Amino acid sequence: MAHEPEEDFRSGLMTAGLLIATEVDGIYLRSGTFESVARAIDVLVSAAGSDQNAEVLHLPAVMPRSVLEQSAYIRAFPDLVGSVNTFEGNDALHIEILRRLERGEDWAELFGRSDVVLCSAACHLVYPTCRGRLPEGGRRFEVFGQCFRHEPSLDPARMQAFRMHEFVYVGDAEGAVAHRDAWLERAAQLLGGLGLPVTAVLASDPFFGRAGKLLSANQRAEALKHEVVTSVQPGEGPVAVASSNCHLDHFGRAFGIESADGTVAHSACVGFGTERIVLALLAAHGLDPVCWPSNVRDQLWPSRT
Amino acid sequence: MTDEIRRVVAQHGRLSVPMSQVADDDDLYFAGMTSHASVSMLIALEEAFGLEFPEEMLRQSTFQSVNSIAAALDVLIEDKKAAELGPRT
Repeated sequence: MAHEPEEDFRSGLMTAGLLIATEVDGIYLRSGTFESVARAIDVLVSAAGSDQNAEVLHLPAVMPRSVLEQSAYIRAFPDLVGSVNTFEGNDALHIEILRRLERGEDWAELFGRSDVVLCSAACHLVYPTCRGRLPEGGRRFEVFGQCFRHEPSLDPARMQAFRMHEFVYVGDAEGAVAHRDAWLERAAQLLGGLGLPVTAVLASDPFFGRAGKLLSANQRAEALKHEVVTSVQPGEGPVAVASSNCHLDHFGRAFGIESADGTVAHSACVGFGTERIVLALLAAHGLDPVCWPSNVRDQLWPSRT
Repeated sequence: MTDEIRRVVAQHGRLSVPMSQVADDDDLYFAGMTSHASVSMLIALEEAFGLEFPEEMLRQSTFQSVNSIAAALDVLIEDKKAAELGPRT
């Protein structure tokens, strides 16, 4: 039987040792080579935003449950959410867990809900820090986040755990649109400059269910979300490697943020999918970064030339 | 029907102006209805009228105004009646 292109790229990554699969689809260990590219991309993305005077934030992999509820992410993407459960029992419950483990039975239901959930998007943790009145000109953040989305897949470009490198703006409506538009262009230029065949397209989020159809239609009608897409595997559809989004006053309302003039704040963010960019580069230039075109290597590792 | 729609919009639309100031052909999104509020309204309308909006109606224009909602509901009510009567022989 002929291999699917997806399987060929995936098995190539495995054979080269760039990714090591686990027994759960979409959860991988990454090699030093993979990470050296990821770090170089982070440096390049940071440099692209060096004029932003952004506050740099490195985020944990989990966030307060209340942020998920206030952001309305749980309303729009219940299927993607990962909620953390923890053990708060006594000796008797511990013994019960041991018994169940022995019998191969489900022990997880004995765990209770905790105060934290896995981060679904990097920027969500930023908004609660902006509550109240913003300074003139708003605030800008550079955010390094770790994300989880429950969508198990064999496609290496659809990992369940991945990183997102974002530039976030919180301020007025005009500033938010300008941020989204400027970064869409910057992202396309940056990624195109690395030899990736990229296109900027109007997009919508995969909101859940029938209600989600309406959310997607509204998002498209208002042209709020744009993506920079590229091909990761021959014969497969395009994959988003960056997305630039305007949230209108959604997070401003949700987290009680006012722009300098006292109106509800608007926000926008651009997110670079670190792992996906590495994969796109590996797909475009080959599985050994040492052999990549010199103009690509020079941009990623300027000190080595 | 319009009164019932206005009641649902007032309760779920989270408009930034009082419902009394909203005419039946006014743009509800312009009146401050967010995308998430339109979803709450969609669910409330389905409950109130015992109907389900088909996928092709799940778009911004359907929920743009009290009148556009009424027009959509008219179509759905007619379809429901026709289905209940069954095929004519």
